[in-house]
Amino acid sequence: MASHRDLPVGLMDQLFHNTGSSSFTEFVGSRAPGLLPVRGEVLATPIGDQVPHATTIVAATFAGGVVMAGDRRATSGNIISQRDVEKVFRTDDYSCMGIAGTASTGIEMARLYRVELEHYEKLEGRTLSVNGKANRLAAMIRGNLGMAMQGLVVVPLFAAYDADRDGGRIFSYDVAGGPYERDRFDAIGSGSIFARGALKKLYRDGMSADDTVMALIQSLYDAADDDSATGGPDVTRKIWPIVSVIDADGFRRLSDDEVAGYVEQMLELRLISPDGPIAPLR
Amino acid sequence: MSMPFGYASPEQIMRDKADYARKGIARGRSVVVLQYEDGILFVAPNPSRALHKVSEIYDRIGFAAVGRYNEFEELRLGGIRYADINGYTYDRSDVTGRGLANLYASNLGRIFTESIKSLEVEVVVAEVGDTPEGDAIYRLTFDGSVFDEHGFAAMGGQAEAVATRLKEGYREGMPLADALEVALTALTEPGGERPPVGQLEVAVLDRNREHRKFQRLAGPRLERLLAAAPPAATPPAAGGSPLESEPGSDTPPPTGPEGDVDDGSPPL
Repeated sequence: MASHRDLPVGLMDQLFHNTGSSSFTEFVGSRAPGLLPVRGEVLATPIGDQVPHATTIVAATFAGGVVMAGDRRATSGNIISQRDVEKVFRTDDYSCMGIAGTASTGIEMARLYRVELEHYEKLEGRTLSVNGKANRLAAMIRGNLGMAMQGLVVVPLFAAYDADRDGGRIFSYDVAGGPYERDRFDAIGSGSIFARGALKKLYRDGMSADDTVMALIQSLYDAADDDSATGGPDVTRKIWPIVSVIDADGFRRLSDDEVAGYVEQMLELRLISPDGPIAPLR
Repeated sequence: MSMPFGYASPEQIMRDKADYARKGIARGRSVVVLQYEDGILFVAPNPSRALHKVSEIYDRIGFAAVGRYNEFEELRLGGIRYADINGYTYDRSDVTGRGLANLYASNLGRIFTESIKSLEVEVVVAEVGDTPEGDAIYRLTFDGSVFDEHGFAAMGGQAEAVATRLKEGYREGMPLADALEVALTALTEPGGERPPVGQLEVAVLDRNREHRKFQRLAGPRLERLLAAAPPAATPPAAGGSPLESEPGSDTPPPTGPEGDVDDGSPPL
């Protein structure tokens, strides 16, 4: 039997019919629903603990843009299932999303979301507004609620450069959707409480992109320090956090060498002060 | 033997349809697509900034069309749906220009034979590869014929004259500014005036770009490129009527019923 992922028979004849909507998900949902992630399935037992989970994502705005960073660890229960998983995805030229929760569901969501944004952009000849993008993602998370109730939770963090404001914006979500716009910085995932605590002390208004990247890498280290599901920089295997910067020039993922530079700098200082930079008391 | 009232032979019907389509297409302005060192360049004189003749289909695939706007817009939208569905179902690298050209060919061919009116469009599907050898330019005519063009393609009104001028100026591996110059020279009648920058629709598929290779060139960027082009060594106007000066042309004319008959073999 053909897998549900094969293109359905007769779909090719429908491509030229105007559906009246520029949404990819809606078109596929009406003409080839089998291609979309299956919803409404009831699992015999919750499998949340048995599938890999992605953990901590942090993001912070700076003057003229936004930075998002994520650690590289995926865990299944107490097992580290992958050391170099990628959890920050470029979704279009001026936005990205990071995922926490069930890795497979999150990766699939990111893939679909990217197509969704591009599809609109190509059909309409204009990009969606930042609010439009954030809302669209909320609808997709809401669509996953049934699976989330059975343990396949995925919660993304969305960051975009808004040309109208010449600045970055951050949106967070919960299992039922959202979006909730965040001021300055936010973190999601199991290590987020520690990362957010660190960012509270490290974030400065009007920081440069360079300093913001450093602050995020510091906060991820703090998260890894206290949360077993968050991975720190793996010096022996040379696995570094993923760091993406979005500004007026568009999305840019920092190369491994660039990130290694920041990490080495941080580790050197942590050898002297293991808890990281010390914020002034007054 | 008496003919039933209103009978027309299939040959006559096809010929009429083809003539009708050709006339419609010839009324519009030309569009030029050509290879340059980093990819593929699209140039279309187009007074409208909103109604595009050139657009992005997928990461490596661009689309250019002439003829009736509503008809090729429908093709463009269908192509985007095709590409996005395939890229989402399989992998982004599994979307190819060849597949898209075949989809268009079958759709155009079906409409040409089944509908009273054939589509009055001609389209180019271009795909940029990792190397110039991987580039592909497919030109499709209203009846569903596909031409695998090498280096450049011209379509629209005066397509043959434009193609002739394009052939004269075209060299392999030209820098972008030179390619743009060649395209504009080809699009301008000898002694004619070039369209102003504001009325040019220019886009590239640049193999050096990350992710999505398609990029529109407009405004200051386009002006700089035009300024960087070598001083227009206006080629000596190729004498004679271009329509008659091409007996052994490499590019076959669009096939109508009286031309090469589509024998049902796959177009590519």
